[in-house]
Amino acid sequence: MQLPPTALTETGTATCMLCIFLVPLTGAGLALINTGFGRSRSASHSMLSAMCVFAVAVLVFLFIGFAFQGYTGRPAHLLSIGGRQWNLLGADRFMMRGVVFNGSTVSLVACLQLFSVGIAAMIPLGAGSDRWRLGASCASTALLAGITYPIFAHWVWGGGWLAQLGGLALCGNGAIDVGGAGVIQAVGGLAALSISWILGPRHGKYEMSGMAIPGHNIVMVLFGCALTLIGWLGLDTAGAMLFTGAPIATMPLIAVNNVVAASIALLTALIVTGVRFTKPDASISANGFVIGLVSISGVCAMVSPPEAAAIGLVAGLLVPFSVEWLDRLGFDDPSGAISVHAAGGLWGVIAVGIFAQGRPGQWLAQVAMVAALLGFVLPLTYCLNLLLNRFYPYRIHKDGERQGLDMSELGAGAYPELAQATNDHLYR
Amino acid sequence: MKLAGIFLLIAGFVLVSSALVLLSPNAPRGAFVLAGIAVQILGMGLTFRAHLSPTEGH
Repeated sequence: MQLPPTALTETGTATCMLCIFLVPLTGAGLALINTGFGRSRSASHSMLSAMCVFAVAVLVFLFIGFAFQGYTGRPAHLLSIGGRQWNLLGADRFMMRGVVFNGSTVSLVACLQLFSVGIAAMIPLGAGSDRWRLGASCASTALLAGITYPIFAHWVWGGGWLAQLGGLALCGNGAIDVGGAGVIQAVGGLAALSISWILGPRHGKYEMSGMAIPGHNIVMVLFGCALTLIGWLGLDTAGAMLFTGAPIATMPLIAVNNVVAASIALLTALIVTGVRFTKPDASISANGFVIGLVSISGVCAMVSPPEAAAIGLVAGLLVPFSVEWLDRLGFDDPSGAISVHAAGGLWGVIAVGIFAQGRPGQWLAQVAMVAALLGFVLPLTYCLNLLLNRFYPYRIHKDGERQGLDMSELGAGAYPELAQATNDHLYR
Repeated sequence: MKLAGIFLLIAGFVLVSSALVLLSPNAPRGAFVLAGIAVQILGMGLTFRAHLSPTEGH
């Protein structure tokens, strides 16, 4: 959706700012989820990685990322095709020197984006749990925050060609992504897929048939889910105000839709796992809660609560089968980041085309967004990480993995009261 | 095989974006877009299939 840059009212600015301040709670929730799903001997490493990755993402985005992302009405690189000017890449000044932090819309966007890129960067950590080196995860984050994320965010949120599809190619209102189902979640989820590809599975994961490596602290995971809900309300509301021009009056609808979608998805995943495995699975149910939030974020301000429930229902059905299917295909994704954020994000983007009311042809813009995610973001992320992996190996050595990343990389464990000496790969 | 799959993902994207950017709204853009997505699904299938064989890591 391509909006002219309009200033928010004072009340709107204050409300938007408060919502943006809630967004880091999503990051905190994701960090807890990733840590809880990992092993106890890598818990400290996982939390520190989350903070380091967030810091790297914020700094890289500040220095170069925002220049490529830009915002509607800001300088951009254009390409003329058939007499029409297509907006390809932001051409703002580096280090956000072109942004005046005075409460203007662009300053709010810049602020929100710093948090959003941090969240997107944390998602792959879940897929690389227990084997991804700290330095490598930071280096990979620099690529995400400096290249992949800003380019795609520009196409959708910065007045880029996907947003222009509405005006120039009569595809509905152009690509719509209110709270970042595609821009944040799917980009992060596809990065998680690339990382899982490159790292390979943990030792012991597929050595014995039918062996699962359960997370070490499901309470931490469930508390993380509760935190993500709070942050998500802020993220979706701020996104709706800044990227679709939604008024403050839509805030209750956004909150209701988020809670409804998450609740339905949680219960659906709980019932499906209960029926399939005789007892409900807490970890997949927790993933159900988060995928509900992921899938509704694309269209949260544009659908009624029953429609949000339908979106959450499909998401809740998607996650148990996706987790199991990816596991069978050899993807070791301890926190289910690929299923929750990539599959859920893609479903969220498609759901906009199905449920959003507007001009005809909206589905074409949404399908183009999915095609860009699969045909541009995924190959670019995979190739960049594959190249970086050649020079700076991502995976910890075998002994380090057995010892645990806490001892191997940090020299101290998260739970010193637990014994650390063992040769068993499956030791918690 | 993974490389071929990735090329198919890119090819599908090019097909979809070209259809929307180059064709007029009166043309059968939907068919081209769906064809592009079908190519991408094939590409995803190939890349996932390529990942199937080596399961244990380094």
